[in-house]
Amino acid sequence: MFGFTHTDYLAMLLSVRVAVVATLLSLPFGFAVAYLMTYRKFRGKVILDVIVNLPLTLPPVVIGYLLLLLLGQQGFIGKMVLQPLGIKLIFTWKAAVVATAVVGFPLMVRSIRTGMETIDVRLIQASRTLGAGWFDTIATVIAPLAMRGIIAGSVLMFARGLGEFGATIIVAGNIPGVTQTIPLAIYDYVNTPRGDAMALSLCVVSISISVAMLIFHEWLGRRMARSD
Amino acid sequence: MDLRVSVQKRFGTFTIDTNFNVEGERIGLFGPSGSGKSTLVGLIAGLYHPDSGAVFLDDAEIFNSEKRVNVPVEHRRIGMVFQRPHLFPHLSVRGNLLYGYRRCEHKDRKIKLDSLVEVLQIGHLLHRGVRNLSGGEKQRVAIGRAVLSNPRLLVMDEPLSALDDSLKFQIIPFLKGACETFNIPYLFISHSLTEMRIMTDKVLRVVEGRVASQMSLEQLARAYMGESKAGYINLLKLRSLDRLGNLYVYDWGGQRLFISGGSDLPEAFFELPSTDIILFKRHPEAISARNLLQCRVTDIFETGHRLGVELECSGQRLVAEVVRQAVEELGITKENEVYAAIKATAFRRLG
Repeated sequence: MFGFTHTDYLAMLLSVRVAVVATLLSLPFGFAVAYLMTYRKFRGKVILDVIVNLPLTLPPVVIGYLLLLLLGQQGFIGKMVLQPLGIKLIFTWKAAVVATAVVGFPLMVRSIRTGMETIDVRLIQASRTLGAGWFDTIATVIAPLAMRGIIAGSVLMFARGLGEFGATIIVAGNIPGVTQTIPLAIYDYVNTPRGDAMALSLCVVSISISVAMLIFHEWLGRRMARSD
Repeated sequence: MDLRVSVQKRFGTFTIDTNFNVEGERIGLFGPSGSGKSTLVGLIAGLYHPDSGAVFLDDAEIFNSEKRVNVPVEHRRIGMVFQRPHLFPHLSVRGNLLYGYRRCEHKDRKIKLDSLVEVLQIGHLLHRGVRNLSGGEKQRVAIGRAVLSNPRLLVMDEPLSALDDSLKFQIIPFLKGACETFNIPYLFISHSLTEMRIMTDKVLRVVEGRVASQMSLEQLARAYMGESKAGYINLLKLRSLDRLGNLYVYDWGGQRLFISGGSDLPEAFFELPSTDIILFKRHPEAISARNLLQCRVTDIFETGHRLGVELECSGQRLVAEVVRQAVEELGITKENEVYAAIKATAFRRLG
């Protein structure tokens, strides 16, 4: 067990990197969508809700395929936005980030929304009558009070990102050292004769990262509860 | 303060549709729960937007649907104190107090933290978190936070109704004191007649989403005396003089009142129901009631089933209530001299 090759280490690093970047990238959007869904009334709210939550119920492979159609060279975004800017996304680690972000997004939005929904609306009204504008209220009342939800959502999304497989393999492929993350590497080992031991070793790594993440989350939660 | 409001707003089946002008510094909004008092002040403060209408505060037009004027809440400078304190849980007492102050323009910062802390006596709380404060302390901080935002109008939405009686009357002096010291006009919402009479000078009666009438406190008290078993509630602010065994002696405009439920505080508010006052045409020689006051009848008025008798006793006012037959038999008319007997136990101390 454990005799990891260079590409295995790269897969571990890439897994963490993809999950971290996807989480950080999604955070402002997740916050914005959660805010809209919690506090604003607008036409098409139900449609936005469905679109945001769709990745939760769709098979990741379907999401990956749709992303491929959208972001590929012939796709709408690929052709209209990415190509003129000279960005190549498909079959790079950045595509894995996009896939992870899309798949984990509903989890993040749900957690932040739950956090926001527990905030007493009177606190927001108090802040407004005390002279704070909307952005000010968001920054000084809503965000700090929704912090637990924000952290929970980030941890959840990061953890989900570590396990992303279906969408990633379609948009980013499974190129060792380039786009291969832990789950893809495990998949490769399982399909290789006598690869079981290595597959298991990578499973242990995967479990370790997840456990560390959950412990971190628990610790942060307790620390916040203490400071209340 | 001069407030002119003409607004319409539909909330499902409930409608606010009102038109009133009011001038004064201490205005009450009185009405039963569900009459739309809170919603009405929410429309004035800008928490909700009227479907149509206009709102003027002093000379400023803060809402006008026709001219599409809608000053945002944060620029209206209408402070609010709610039923519960609603302090920001992630900020210290000091952070809460300064929240509005920091967002107030420099030219409007007339009330400073130090003077406010002195008036509300919350200096020892400044660096504490807000979760461990007592109910009364929290509400004092909430009042301070609103006052320190230097509002041009303070709206108090049932700020006392979540507090128990003794706490309520501990908070009232702070509430009045802060507003009077810093000259802040206020709208005070309540469904308690007693609170209204202590806190305000003039009352808007709210019925089913509209201001039905403007009343003086006396008109309000008389209007509601027929509905209450206790009749008219006389409110007496008394100065403590002495204690004789179980009885407390208070000064009331130069007269001594003997009260059994007093306290050792130098000043206290008492309620005296009009139905607990017995009138005598002549001085009764022997009587068990501890208080016998010589009074002059200044007015007799209808209260529904009985008659209200307004009395003047050495410069003080008192309203008694008797049945019509008693008035006829005793021959009580205006300018008559009568004696009012009140038991020492008839006074109820507030707070």
